[in-house]
Parts: sequence; structure tokens; C-alpha cells
Amino acid sequence: MTGTLNLKLDINGESRDVAVEPRVTLLDALREHLGLTGTKKGCDQGQCGACTVHIDGQRVLACLTLAAQAEGRAITTIEGLADPNGALHPVQSAFLEHDAFQCGYCTPGQIMSAVACIREGHTKSDNEIREYMSGNLCRCGAYSHIVAAVREAAEATS
Amino acid sequence: MRNFSYLRAQSADEARTASALAGHMVLAGGTTLLDLAKCGIAEPETVVDITHLSGLDHIEINDTMASIGALARMSAVADHPAIRAAFPAVAESLALAASAQIRNMATIGGNLLQRTRCSYFRDAAVFSACNKRHPGSGCAAIGGVTRNHAVLGTSKACIASYPGDLAVALVAFDAIVHLGDRQVPADDFFLLPENTPEHEHAFERGEIITSVTIPASPAARHSTYLKVRDRQSYEFAAASAAVGLEFEPDGKTVRDIRIALGGVASKPWRVRTIETALIGKVLEPALVRKAALLCMEGAVDHGANHYKIDLAPRVVTRAVLQLGGLS
Ligand SMILES: Cc1cc2nc3c(=O)[nH]c(=O)nc-3n(C[C@H](O)[C@H](O)[C@H](O)COP(=O)(O)OP(=O)(O)OC[C@H]3O[C@@H](n4cnc5c(N)ncnc54)[C@H](O)[C@@H]3O)c2cc1C
Ligand code: SF4
Ligand code: FES
Ligand code: FES
Repeated sequence: MTGTLNLKLDINGESRDVAVEPRVTLLDALREHLGLTGTKKGCDQGQCGACTVHIDGQRVLACLTLAAQAEGRAITTIEGLADPNGALHPVQSAFLEHDAFQCGYCTPGQIMSAVACIREGHTKSDNEIREYMSGNLCRCGAYSHIVAAVREAAEATS
Repeated sequence: MRNFSYLRAQSADEARTASALAGHMVLAGGTTLLDLAKCGIAEPETVVDITHLSGLDHIEINDTMASIGALARMSAVADHPAIRAAFPAVAESLALAASAQIRNMATIGGNLLQRTRCSYFRDAAVFSACNKRHPGSGCAAIGGVTRNHAVLGTSKACIASYPGDLAVALVAFDAIVHLGDRQVPADDFFLLPENTPEHEHAFERGEIITSVTIPASPAARHSTYLKVRDRQSYEFAAASAAVGLEFEPDGKTVRDIRIALGGVASKPWRVRTIETALIGKVLEPALVRKAALLCMEGAVDHGANHYKIDLAPRVVTRAVLQLGGLS
């Protein structure tokens, strides 16, 4: 179909209608069409991880996913991570506690990636955390605090 | 990115018919296609989404072979216990590629068809000369910055390297690419640039990759993928080697050895000369170091990529010695 696609996206447990051109990525649909600006655009080319979201529980890059491809799947963004009553997700708390950011631009992507990394069980050592978090670049170089936050959150969940 | 239409294929046959039409391109994980569409290199009029097709994402393994569906995700194959046990080099080549997020998106079929990372190829706005993009326009890389370009299998028309990791392991272990009923050995699936660098694979419009099969062997079971790169992770290979090794019952004489290189050639590069030099010999470090030099026979550098000529034999040596328990 050319023109406009009328999509129903399942975002953070809510069904949202969005009308977009076929070329619109999930990232642009979230940010420009649905007002969900927590997911960040860094490179827009798969090279930085700032746009990391979960689709059906798996971490993926929203900048290289078409919105149309995400239809019918469960999308989770940083806005959907905290408890509805406002309590932060343990990984969010760990990032605060360990000061795991400076400017904060990469942080939503780091946190979404970390939540999945812990769920996958790729946190058995600091080296394993570094390897499995390598898809998230931090221009401020907060890496050592990020590793500490992921390690602590992983220990707390296990 | 230019706009396009979106077609969700309902069957493999529909995907074949649609992708044969002018301007139509298959879309799987999208990590190559959408990236190149944003660069203005791929200009699909219609993308044919095949990710909803059923029956193409299997990972099956028995005593004689593994069969991996074209839509299996890189992460699923990398983490599959039976693949890790019987084909460690295959699992490692995937685990060491890209990032966790990209591996969750990218498919095995799309992985084989990823395009070169030649920065001149990727930057059409600045560099008009690229024979791969526009046959006959020249090659901006020759005489330019060539750190990531190939030293083997190049031509006067194109010196781009094949960037993928998985295909290197597949070529080492004689995998077969299945295009529906048609089967092509992985080594023949990738073409040398010669005078037609725009023609990269032995397949035609309207064909789709359905699966890859890999024969089981003792060498595949005792194998590794060593990847050396400019940063430790989330980077393409400067040079890599997929190596598999089987000893005679004496535990030191080479019965079978497989070696293929990545990051240094225009296609995944099997090095049978080293294999032949080592089969039947007692494996020892000096012999391996000498034989490894054979992999760079015929190598041509373009300045900044000269280091690959020194690096690749060392990567081969280290991988073989590690597998042989000699380092
Ligand atoms: C930042 C970054 C880093 C990367 N690092 C690495 C790395 O270190 N090592 C590595 O090996 N790779 C790396 N990659 C490449 C990545 O592995 C490929 O982009 C990916 O495997 C392509 O798979 P896909 O399913 O996303 O393909 P798509 O983008 O969907 O498709 C790629 C091409 O194949 C065609 N196609 C796809 N499936 C089929 C099929 N079944 N039949 C016929 N045609 C088909 C499409 O039409 C398209 O032309 C990296 C990519 C990025 C963006
Ligand atoms: S090396 Fe190949 S891909 Fe790169 S500019 Fe030259 S022709 Fe194009
Ligand atoms: S914005 Fe998606 S990876 Fe950088
Ligand atoms: S905190 Fe600034 S980019 Fe990571």
C-alpha cells in the first residue's frame, strides 16, 4: 500500500492508532507521531543504540524497524518501564544510584538494553556485561558507572 | 529516505513473484536495507516484508547436518545449544557480529546479503564514482582512504571487502545456500568483483534464500572464529578467521583442517593452500606460522590496508594454535 498506512500499535500495553507513510520508522512514529520522545535518535543508522526498545520482550533498534513491521507486536519503550504507580524499574533506580550518565541522552537506550541484557542472563561478569552492552554507545563515556549499575541490578534480580 | 510502498508477503511464492517486479526489494530484519535506503543507496519502490512467513525460521540439527531457516535471527542461532556444540565457529561468528539489538533483528538470509561497508559506496552524495553503485562510474576508493578495503580478490573495478562474519564460517565448512529448490555452495554464492562489482551473488531477481545447510564434521565440531578489530566489540573485522581442526587418533597429526578468512577479501575467502600444507603433518608452531603466510599469496594492498597482509597470517596462526592446544 502506498500513501498512508493506518496502523494499530501495541505500545506499553496500550493500543495506539497511527497514520504514517510506509517509510516511517518505529522511532519516528514514536517520537513524531505519538509524542513518546523518551526513545532517542542518535545516529538513525543502527550504530549507537539510543533508540533501543523492546519488541515482544526482545531489545531491537527502533531506527531500523519500520512502524509497519511492528504492528501486531508488543512494543515497550522507556515510558513503559516504571510501575504505573510511579515506582521506578530496578534498572532505572540502579542507574540513578550509580550516576550512570552525564548528559543522559543515551540513557533510555542504555536502560532498555540493560533490562533485556539482564533478562537474557548476559551479566555473569563485567566483561560479559561490556560485550552484551556494546550496542549502546555513550558519548559522555559513563561506561564504568553503567557497568556497575547493570551489575547491581542483575544481582538484585537474581 | 525516499518513500516506498509496503507489502507484507503472505507466502514464499508471493514473495518470489513480488520481488521479481521492478523496484521491489525483499525486507527481512531491515538492518542493511533500511540503513542503505537512508543513505540513498537502496531505492526500493516497494518493500516486500517476508518476516511474517511461517516455516522459514527453523534451526534443526541432526548427526549429519544443521539446517537454518533464512528467517532465523542471528541471536537465535548464536545462542542455540546444539549449534554451539556442533558448529562453534558458526555460533561465534554470529555472537561476535554487530550488537545484541541488531542480532535480535537481523536474519540469516539477510546477513549473507549484507553490502560492503566501503565508505565511498555508502556516501553517494559526496562520491559519485563507485562501480558497485553505478557500473562504469569508476572507483573513488582507489587512491583514497583504504584502511577497510580488501587485499585479496579485488579487481581494477572495485576493492571493497565483504564485511560479514557468518559467511566466513559457512564457507569454511562447505555450507549450502538454498534458494527454494536450487542449491548453491556458499563459496560459489559469493562472486568476485572482476568487471561487474555490482553483481555480488549467484542468484537472480525473484529468488529468495530459504535456508542454509551445513554438513556436520569433526572439524566443524572442533572449530573457532577469531575476529580482530579496531575496537573490542560492535565493529567489523580488520581480519578474522574461521578454523576447524581434526587430528588423527595420535592427537597431533592433522587429518582435516578448514580455514577461511574475513575482513580482508572481496568475498569470504577459503584458503585451501594452507589446508593442503597442513594435512598429514604433525601440528607444530613453526610449521603453522610458515603455512599461514600462504593465505596472502597474490595479495595487493592500496596503502592504508597494507597492515592486513601482516595481520591475517597472524590471526590464522593464533586460531590454529589455540585449536590445536599449542598456545
Ligand atoms: C551498525 C552495524 C554493525 C554491524 N556489524 C556487523 C558485524 O560485525 N558483522 C556482521 O556480519 N554483520 C554486521 N552488520 C550487518 C548485519 O549483520 C546485517 O545488516 C544483517 O545481518 C542483515 O540482515 P537483515 O535480516 O536485517 O537484512 P535486510 O536488511 O532485511 O536485508 C538485506 C538484503 O538482503 C535481502 N534479503 C533479506 N532476506 C532475504 C531472503 N531470505 N531472500 C532474498 N533476499 C533477502 C534484502 O532484499 C536486502 O537486499 C552490522 C550492521 C550494522 C547496522
Ligand atoms: S571499492 Fe567498490 S564499493 Fe568502494 S567505491 Fe570502489 S567500486 Fe565502489
Ligand atoms: S538511533 Fe538507532 S542506533 Fe542510533
Ligand atoms: S550520558 Fe551522555 S551520551 Fe551517555
